[in-house]
Amino acid sequence: MVDIKNYSEKVMEHFKNPRNVGEIDNPSGIGKVGNPICGDIMELYIKVEGNVIVDAKFKTFGCGAAIATSSMVTELVKGKTVEEALQISNKAVAEALGGLPPIKMHCSVLAEQALTSAIEDYKKKQGNK
Amino acid sequence: MKRIYMDYAATTPTDPEVIKAMTPYFNEICGNPSSLHSFGQEAKHAVEEARGVIALFIGAGGDEIVFTSGGTEGNNYALKGVVNANIERGNHIITSSVEHHCVTETCKFLETRGLKVTYLPVDKYGVVDPEEVKKAITDKTILISIMHANNEIGTIEPVAEIGKIAKEAGVYFHTDAVQTFGHLPINVDELNVDLLSASAHKLYGPKGVGMLYIRKGTRIKSFMHGGDQENGRRASTHNVSGIVGFGKAVELAKESMENEAVIQTKWRDKLIKGILDKIESSRLNGHPVKRLPNNVNVSVEYIEGESMILNLDMEGVACSTGSACTSSSLEPSHVLLAIGLPHEIAHGSLRFTVGRFSKEYDIDYVLEILPKIVSKLRAMSPLYKKEKI
Ligand SMILES: Cc1ncc(COP(=O)(O)O)c(C=O)c1O
Ligand SMILES: [Zn+2]
Repeated sequence: MVDIKNYSEKVMEHFKNPRNVGEIDNPSGIGKVGNPICGDIMELYIKVEGNVIVDAKFKTFGCGAAIATSSMVTELVKGKTVEEALQISNKAVAEALGGLPPIKMHCSVLAEQALTSAIEDYKKKQGNK
Repeated sequence: MKRIYMDYAATTPTDPEVIKAMTPYFNEICGNPSSLHSFGQEAKHAVEEARGVIALFIGAGGDEIVFTSGGTEGNNYALKGVVNANIERGNHIITSSVEHHCVTETCKFLETRGLKVTYLPVDKYGVVDPEEVKKAITDKTILISIMHANNEIGTIEPVAEIGKIAKEAGVYFHTDAVQTFGHLPINVDELNVDLLSASAHKLYGPKGVGMLYIRKGTRIKSFMHGGDQENGRRASTHNVSGIVGFGKAVELAKESMENEAVIQTKWRDKLIKGILDKIESSRLNGHPVKRLPNNVNVSVEYIEGESMILNLDMEGVACSTGSACTSSSLEPSHVLLAIGLPHEIAHGSLRFTVGRFSKEYDIDYVLEILPKIVSKLRAMSPLYKKEKI
């Protein structure tokens, strides 16, 4: 068992009051990652205007770390250009949360994957226009 | 904030009376039971008294009780000890797919040593079918090990029936009674067991002490070698205060277990009904009636267990989950998978276990806060939305 008290204050704060929960109508991109077998599932919605991410929302099925990293990644991407956003790694998300217990690092990978996938979706939609 | 402990299946608080009984055995009565002087003999007397109480409690003889460091040691001893002593007779053991890790991991270890192990499936309630046990027996089978009741989902196994089959086949039968000992009546003859493990900390005794019942005549090799304590069957200086505490815990259980079971069953059923009524898409795991009096295990669909535990903890309630994200293996509970739950529903399981110091208020409180927690997490869940739109 993971000692739940191993979560940093920042993780617990984001877990208690997650930012940007929900969906965006007509999003510029959606990233859906994870699967029910491994436990955590995340959907990330982004709104891009003039190459800048102006809004981000998420829905997550998962543990405390999964919810906190989802919340944090939506905060981190807002106001960033698409290229800047692509540089955000799962480590950066975890660091912004004051770190994660080692066994929980895999949960933060989900946030990075969701972001990459949402941006790919956005680029694909751009290409189709 | 008031904290509410609902994880009695993990461990119980030591009863104040047990602590009182143990206290003199740390310093006042400080001897080593193996010593010949009066200090030693006082300690020995206390150990033997506890042994007598425990033996009587399960209808065994005092010389059939071996003190151990707990349930894990008892289970390791039973399996490895019987295998080591009977390997020339056969190399096959039968167990179930819902045993505690200390049984399954021991079996896996024994497999690396060339043993054949049959892990019997269970039905959707977690019950082992005695007929399946019978069918699995071969002329190479030396041991059957099936737990008395499951620690996660609370299901009580048909141990007496399986024991009868084992007896008729001339195969040793072991049961892990860690979850039932001190909670349900146990008689080793009625249960037809040759070996039975118990652990004091599940019945308001101290942690780190337990016992293995070994029926007279059972061929078993010691696996703790050293001094000749416990008639050479378990070396190491006795945990005197622990054993005294274990004995006291059994005395208390003898008096109160019947009443406690009645009250806890009432609370258990109230909590189960309350959760299933108040939370849509929730389900009970384990058998509806053939279950431990204090065990509630439910799955709440579309959300994950750890996030529920964290929210419950913030509201002061301590319970547990079989979700993968809380285990170091990142696998959901093998018990929940064995009863056929899909992974995502196994991830959403919660176990509440009450005990001697619980109050009915605790049940009411969980029924008040849990539906709110579930709504909050479901509003965040991508799975919930999909099913609902
Ligand atoms: C069914 C069962 N068997 C064995 C054990 C292990 O007992 P102990 O903690 O005393 O080693 C436990 C407790 O965790 C249990 O619930
Ligand atoms: Zn996780």
